[in-house]
Amino acid sequence: MKFKIMILGCLLLALALPALAQDSVKTVEASAIPAISPPAPATNVTAMDSPNDNGHSLTLRWTLSADDGAGQKTVLGYKFLRSFFPDSGFVLREGMAPSGSSEYVDMGGRKPDDRDFMPNDTDYYYIVRAITADSNVYSDSPVIGPVKAVGQLYNVGRTLVLVFVLCFAAITIFFIRRARKGAKLFVRRLAGIEAVDEAIGRATEMGKPILYVLGLGTAADIATIASFTILGRVAKKVAEYQTGLIVPCYDAIVMTVAQETVRTAYLDAGRPDAYNDDMVYYVTSNQFAYVAAVNGTMLRQLPATNIYMGTFYAESLLLAETGALAGSVQISGTDQVAQIPFFVVACDYTLIGEELYAASAYLSREPILLGSLKAQDYGKAAIIVISILGIIASQFRWNWFLELFKAGN
Amino acid sequence: MPMGTFLWTTLGAFLTLCIFSFLYRDNPLYKFAEHLMVGVSAGYFVILLWHNGLVPNLFSFLSDGHFYFLWLDAKSWWYIFPAVLGVMMWTRFSRKWAWISRWPIAIYIGIGTGITIPLVMRTSINLQLYASIRKAIDWGNFFGSGYLDSTAGYSQALIFVGVIAALFYFFFSKEHTGLFNGVAKFGIGILMIGFGASFGYTVMGRISLFVQRIQAIGNWTATSWHATSSYLIIWILIIGIFVVLSIYEFIQYMNRRGAAQSGS
Repeated sequence: MKFKIMILGCLLLALALPALAQDSVKTVEASAIPAISPPAPATNVTAMDSPNDNGHSLTLRWTLSADDGAGQKTVLGYKFLRSFFPDSGFVLREGMAPSGSSEYVDMGGRKPDDRDFMPNDTDYYYIVRAITADSNVYSDSPVIGPVKAVGQLYNVGRTLVLVFVLCFAAITIFFIRRARKGAKLFVRRLAGIEAVDEAIGRATEMGKPILYVLGLGTAADIATIASFTILGRVAKKVAEYQTGLIVPCYDAIVMTVAQETVRTAYLDAGRPDAYNDDMVYYVTSNQFAYVAAVNGTMLRQLPATNIYMGTFYAESLLLAETGALAGSVQISGTDQVAQIPFFVVACDYTLIGEELYAASAYLSREPILLGSLKAQDYGKAAIIVISILGIIASQFRWNWFLELFKAGN
Repeated sequence: MPMGTFLWTTLGAFLTLCIFSFLYRDNPLYKFAEHLMVGVSAGYFVILLWHNGLVPNLFSFLSDGHFYFLWLDAKSWWYIFPAVLGVMMWTRFSRKWAWISRWPIAIYIGIGTGITIPLVMRTSINLQLYASIRKAIDWGNFFGSGYLDSTAGYSQALIFVGVIAALFYFFFSKEHTGLFNGVAKFGIGILMIGFGASFGYTVMGRISLFVQRIQAIGNWTATSWHATSSYLIIWILIIGIFVVLSIYEFIQYMNRRGAAQSGS
């Protein structure tokens, strides 16, 4: 009986196997990717130099393939081939534009030794390729070209920046002329700067030096330039009171300018003999090595006053905390927003952001600096007015007004 | 781990502990680590400036890739002018000719300022203005019909009011009195709230840096040349530093005592 059942089972299995095999074939056929027919190519292709740049870039525009988002809907995107010749040598570029986009900026390297250097004033020819899911199925547009990348002297998109700079310059010149003619330009009291004179007096009484740190900025940074002015004022007072001055520098050019500033201040104070080049010295251009050296100086020479003015980064708290530990009076000022909290916490007085620039004018009372300070105040008033107008414009959807401030690329 | 790497990482751990000893007070170990770091970094930057500054930005243009200083044949022969400006800086070593070095400094600062002004005008004024006013007040957010919820609506309005009030604080041409003073105080209050948040955030970052450094030393002990001996070395380093500091303190104490006795 069992034998019969086994034979019957084998027969049934033998009958079922071909049917199963047929089903599996059907499954494979059903899941096979249907052949894609080549899509319609991109049309109306144009190539032009990218505007408002220094060259090394070309912009391609085209009308979408008929199968991009419509028709067969098979276009996944567009790739680009470039050549120096109209009929040969086309090489596929690295980037691609997704489906639905009709513009591509081909940006090459700007220096001759860049990997993808794209020289200006050289003829280029392009093909726009509409691609599909199948890498072998695509459609090429006709060859377009020749086109050259050219640098522009003037960036039209930044005209508003020029207008702002010109307006600001005009206001500055106006106030400088007024200051030179003797007009009294009011500047409100800055507690941090008034404390400088007290701190120098304290150092003189204690017979200890003053440590002046110019920060990590270069000589061309605005905060460092403002700091030079304050250093000049401090050095003059130090020369008058015959107190010591220590200026460790992070940058060689900053050191050179600082030496000139201090030398001039000593000359102005009538004490050129007291000036010594070693007062202003170079330490190193490594951030934390510089901090280690300045911290060591603070704890060994125990300056009565530490003044930090300029551009600071992560070293701000390390310096200010060590200075507080050494018991020095500390006055700081920086335009680095992220570092101001540390100075506020660890220093006796802190000049916040623009107060640093105002301090140099407040101290020197020079017409040029006073005029600039007045112009800055008018600039801030203009910003408040523009902001309120901007709010009104955004409510009425006057986008043209808002777009003015995008200020190009 | 190879023996050489093991020795270098041991030195790294030792120098880390030397720098941390500053938390106690200034001491010879800290001075050693400080002077080593300053000296090494100064020397390193000379080489770095040579290879990353002078060679690619100057010599490569003057040499045409063959020999340095064959600038007469070079395509970019005008690069000789910045080279001359650089050489002029060396006149600082002569008292008589030091004034010549003011010229390259003046050109450097002038060009730097010229580049900075339009850049700052665009990034710090134009683009900031655009970002501030573009979505400053979206009434839809207040009433739940906008892109964001009502909290975002209040936040946007607060940011805008805060920006205006903070600008009032930075007016230097007018004494802060009356209503003006009130607005300015509100502005500095907003700034201080921002500073407080920034302070807390950065302190957390610093603590994570400290933890990373400790973990780096811990990983070194786990994966180094011989794990057991590495733990031993760490303890030897810590005890060694403690002994050196103790001896230093003892010498200081004896010196002070000697000075006090000779004074009396």
